[in-house]
Amino acid sequence: MSNPTPSVGPGLPETQSLATDTVTAPAPPQPGKKAKDAKPASLWSDAWYDLRRRPMFIMSVIIILILLVMSAFPWLFTSIDPFDARSCDLSTARQAPSAGHIFGKDNLGCDVYAKVIYGARNSIIIGVFTTLVTTFIGSLLGMIAGFRSGVVDAVSSRFTEIFFAIPPILGALLIGATFRGRINSIILVIAALGVLGWPMTFRIMRAAVITAKNQDFVLAARALGAGAGRIMLRHLLPNSLAPVIVVATINLGGYIAAEAALSFLSVGVQSPDISWGLMIADARTRFLEAPLPLFFPAAFLSVTVLAFIMMGDAVRDALDPKLR
Amino acid sequence: MKKTSADVLPVEGGFGNEPLLAVDNLHVEFHTRQGTVRAVNGVSYTVSAGETLAVLGESGSGKSVTAQAIMGILDVPPAVIPKGEIRFKGTDLLKLTEEARTQVRGQRVAMIFQDALSALNPVFTVGWQISEMFRVHRGMSKADAMKKAVELMDRVRIPAARQRVNDYPHQFSGGMRQRIMIAMSIALDPEVLIADEPTTALDVTVQAQIMELLAELQRESQMGLILITHDLGVVADVADKIAVMYAGRIVENAPVHDIYKGPAHPYTKGLLDSIPRVDLKGQDLYAIKGLPPNLLDLPTGCAFHPRCPYRQDNCVTDHPPLHEISGTRGSACHYWREVLDD
Amino acid sequence: MGRYVIRRLIQAIPVLIGATLLIFVIVFALPGDPIAALFGDKRPDPAVAEVLREQYHLNDPLLLQYWYYISGVFLRLDFGVTFADVPVSELLLGKFQVTLNLALMALVMEAIIGVGLGLWAALRRGKATDTAILASTLLLISVPTLVSGFVLQLILGVKLKQWTGADIFPVAGTSAGWRAYLLPGFVLAGTSIAYLTRLTRTSLAETLRADYIRTATAKGLSRRRVIGRHGLRNALIPLVTYLGADLGNLMGGAVITESIFNLPGIGNQLFNSVYLREQPVVVGIVTVLVLIYILANLVVDLLYAVLDPRIRYE
Repeated sequence: MSNPTPSVGPGLPETQSLATDTVTAPAPPQPGKKAKDAKPASLWSDAWYDLRRRPMFIMSVIIILILLVMSAFPWLFTSIDPFDARSCDLSTARQAPSAGHIFGKDNLGCDVYAKVIYGARNSIIIGVFTTLVTTFIGSLLGMIAGFRSGVVDAVSSRFTEIFFAIPPILGALLIGATFRGRINSIILVIAALGVLGWPMTFRIMRAAVITAKNQDFVLAARALGAGAGRIMLRHLLPNSLAPVIVVATINLGGYIAAEAALSFLSVGVQSPDISWGLMIADARTRFLEAPLPLFFPAAFLSVTVLAFIMMGDAVRDALDPKLR
Repeated sequence: MKKTSADVLPVEGGFGNEPLLAVDNLHVEFHTRQGTVRAVNGVSYTVSAGETLAVLGESGSGKSVTAQAIMGILDVPPAVIPKGEIRFKGTDLLKLTEEARTQVRGQRVAMIFQDALSALNPVFTVGWQISEMFRVHRGMSKADAMKKAVELMDRVRIPAARQRVNDYPHQFSGGMRQRIMIAMSIALDPEVLIADEPTTALDVTVQAQIMELLAELQRESQMGLILITHDLGVVADVADKIAVMYAGRIVENAPVHDIYKGPAHPYTKGLLDSIPRVDLKGQDLYAIKGLPPNLLDLPTGCAFHPRCPYRQDNCVTDHPPLHEISGTRGSACHYWREVLDD
Repeated sequence: MGRYVIRRLIQAIPVLIGATLLIFVIVFALPGDPIAALFGDKRPDPAVAEVLREQYHLNDPLLLQYWYYISGVFLRLDFGVTFADVPVSELLLGKFQVTLNLALMALVMEAIIGVGLGLWAALRRGKATDTAILASTLLLISVPTLVSGFVLQLILGVKLKQWTGADIFPVAGTSAGWRAYLLPGFVLAGTSIAYLTRLTRTSLAETLRADYIRTATAKGLSRRRVIGRHGLRNALIPLVTYLGADLGNLMGGAVITESIFNLPGIGNQLFNSVYLREQPVVVGIVTVLVLIYILANLVVDLLYAVLDPRIRYE
C-alpha cells in the first residue's frame, strides 16, 4: 500500500512535480489568531485579503483578463481578419514591422499581429477545457477513492498509477498522432491532454479527502447519520478544494504550453486554425534570417503561461501561509 | 590549532563563590507578526555541582525557553535576549563570541530533549551520532570514537550495545532512544546537564527507569542537573530544589522538602492539589481554574491573578516581587503568608 | 531491504502491463480503422492493407492481439517495424546514445544549477537573493522549451558566434562533441531546474526546522557541520529521487529539444515520424520511452530505500 516515492511523478513537462510543492493541505490556523480560522470560509476570506495585496496576483489577473477579452472579441484588437486569405500577400513575406503591420509579416505574407491576437482563443479554450476535464475526473475519482478507502481505494489507486506511468506529453503525442484528421483537432487536443492529465488531481484530492475525513466535524457528521453523498458534498469537498484549485490554476498554464508543443509537433491544432504553437512551427524554417514571426507568438505564449503560473503560485502562498 | 574550551573559559575553581551555573534576571522575547511575545521575564536561578534543580511549569511558562537560552540554541531572530546574564563558572555566556559559545555547548553544558525520536537524526546510526562527539570535539579516529560510543551505550544500559551500535534510531524503543540521547549528552562529561522533559513521551514504568539512570549518572559525575518538567511527581525523588515558573517568571523557589511540606504560592499549591492522591480516592480532583495567560498580552499586576483564589485588589495592579521567606526560599505572592498557613 | 526491493519489483509488474495495455488500446482498440490511421491521409492499397492486417494480427481477438504486442515488447524487444520493414529497435540503435547524452547533460545541469540555487536561496531565506532566485524560477517554469529553445539558439548560438567569432555553443548536430549538448541540455533542463531549485529550497528549509538540527547544534557542532552534514543529508533525499525520476522524463521530453537543435536522437526520430505519419515507428518509440520512464521511477524507488534507513528496514 505504502508508496515511498514523493510526488515527483509525471506531469506535463511544464507542470511536472507541482505536487511536491502543493500537495500540502491548507495550513492549520495560526496560533494567536481567533478560533474562527478553522472554518474554510474564513480560510478563503483570509486568502482573498492576502491576495489583494500581492502585486504578482494583480498582474496575473490583469494579463488573464486581457487574454479573455482577446479570445472572446479579437476584432477589438485588430481590423485584419487572419482567416481571410485576401489579407495575406506572398510578395510581402517576412516583411519587417511597419505602421500597418506592427509585428511584421510571416512566411506567407500574413499579418503576424492579427494571427497572434486570434491565436489566443484556441490557447484559452484548450487550457480551460482541459483543466475542467482533468479537474472533474481527478476530483471525482480522488474523492471516491479517499472516502471509500479499502478495495475501492486500492483498485483506483493502482489504476491511476498506470496513467501516471505514461509521460503526458508522450501519451498526448501518441493519441494525437493516432486520431488526427479523424476528429476536430481542438477536441482532440483536449481529449489527448485530458486522458493523461487527471491523475495528479486524483492524488491531491485523495490525500486531501483522507486528511479531512478524519477531522472531528466529519466524524461527527457521520455519527449523526449523514449520508455519504451529503458528507462528500457538504463537508469533504469544501475542505479539500484549496489544493485542487491551486494545482488547476498552475496546470492551466501547463496545458496551454502543452497545446503549443503538440501543435508544433503537428499533432495539435491544424491549419487553417490558428495556434501559437503552429505559428512557431511555420516560422521556424526561416527563423534564423527572420526571427520576428517566431518571436511574437513565442512571447505571447510565454506571457500567458507565466500569468497562470504566477496566479497559481500566489493563490498557493495565500492559502498556505506556512510555505512562505 | 584547535581552540579548546579552556582557552575561553576560566579553569576549575577559578570562579570564587559563584555557583556552577547562574541565570540572572534573564529576559527573552520573540518578535512575531502578531506582536512581541515575552516568554521569559526576569528569571534567576542557580545550580551547583552535584545539585539537581527542577524547573516546574506548564507549557508556555518559559521553562524550555530559558533552557534553550542557556544552551544558546534559540533561533535569533525571532528570539531576542534584551536583558540578563547566564554565568557559567563566572563567565557570562551571552557575552561570548559564537565560536567560544560552540566550545561550551555539548562539551561543558549539554542537553537532553523531550522526544528522542525526532531529536535524533533519522539517517545516521546511533553509534555514528554518539561517536560524532568524540570525532568532532576530541579529534578521535572513527574506530576509537565508535569504541567509546559502545562504552557509553553500555553505561546507559542499552542491552547488546556492541550489536546495536550500527542500528538506526527508529529501530529502538522509546526508552532505549532516550538512553541513547542521554549517552550522547554525557559523552564529553559535561559539568551541567539540562534535561527538557526527558520522560514526558515515555510510559510510566520507563519514566522511572530513565529518572533513576539520570540520578545515578549525576551521582557518579557530580554534574549540575537542570530538570525541566511539568510533572511534580517526577521531581520529588530526584530534585534538591524546585523553581516554579508561571508566565515567564519564577513564582516560587525552594528546597524540595519545603515545597511538599507547604507551598508558599497559590499556583504551586494548585499544582500540588491537582496531583491524584491515594488517600483522597473518590474525591474530585482539584484543577486550577482558567487558562494559561496569553504571552502576547500578559495580565496586569500579578500574571496569575485571574486564576488565583487568594486574589485581592492590589494583585490586579501591583506586580509582586520575589519575597524572601528564608535564605533558600522565595515566593512572588503578596499573600504568601496566607498561602503558607493554609 | 531485500523484502522492500522484491515488493517494489512485484508492484511494478501491473504498472508495466497496464501502461502497455493503455498504449495498445489507444492505438489499436479504439473505434476506427488502425490501418487507415497508419496511412493517415494516404489511401492504402487493399492488398497491402490485408498484409498489414495480418502482420498486426488485427483479424485475431483483441486479447490475443495484445498478447502478440506485449510478448514482442518484453520477450524479443520487438517494438514493431517501419513501412520499409526495418525493425524500430534497429532504427533507434545509434540514436539512443544521443538522447541519453542529452538527458544526462540536462540532468547534470539540473543538479548543479538547481541544487546550487536552491541551497543558496534556503540559506538566504526571506532576503533579496531568495526573492530573486524565486522570481527566476517562475520565469524558467513559464517559458516553454519551444520558446527558450529557439530564443537561446538565436542569441547564444548564432548571434554570439557572429559577434565574437567563436563557436561557443554549437547549435545543430553533434559534431562538436559534448559541447554540442550544452545549449540543448540547458533548454531541456529549464523547467526541471526551476522545480529542483524550489524543491531544494523547501526541503532544506524544512529540514533545518527539524528537532534533530537543534540537537546537532546543542552538541556543539559548527553551523557549517550542522547544515552540511546533518541538514543536507536529510534534505538531499527528495532531491536525489526527483533527479532520478526526471531522467526518464527528460528522455521523453527530448522530442522538441532534439528537433530544434537538430540532434539525431530518438526524440528527433519521433518528431520526424510523427510529421511523416509513420505510425508504427511512433508507437514503437513511445513504447520504448514509456518503458524507460517506468524503469527510471522504479530505480528511484529503490534509491529511496538506500538513502532513507526508515524505509530500508520497514
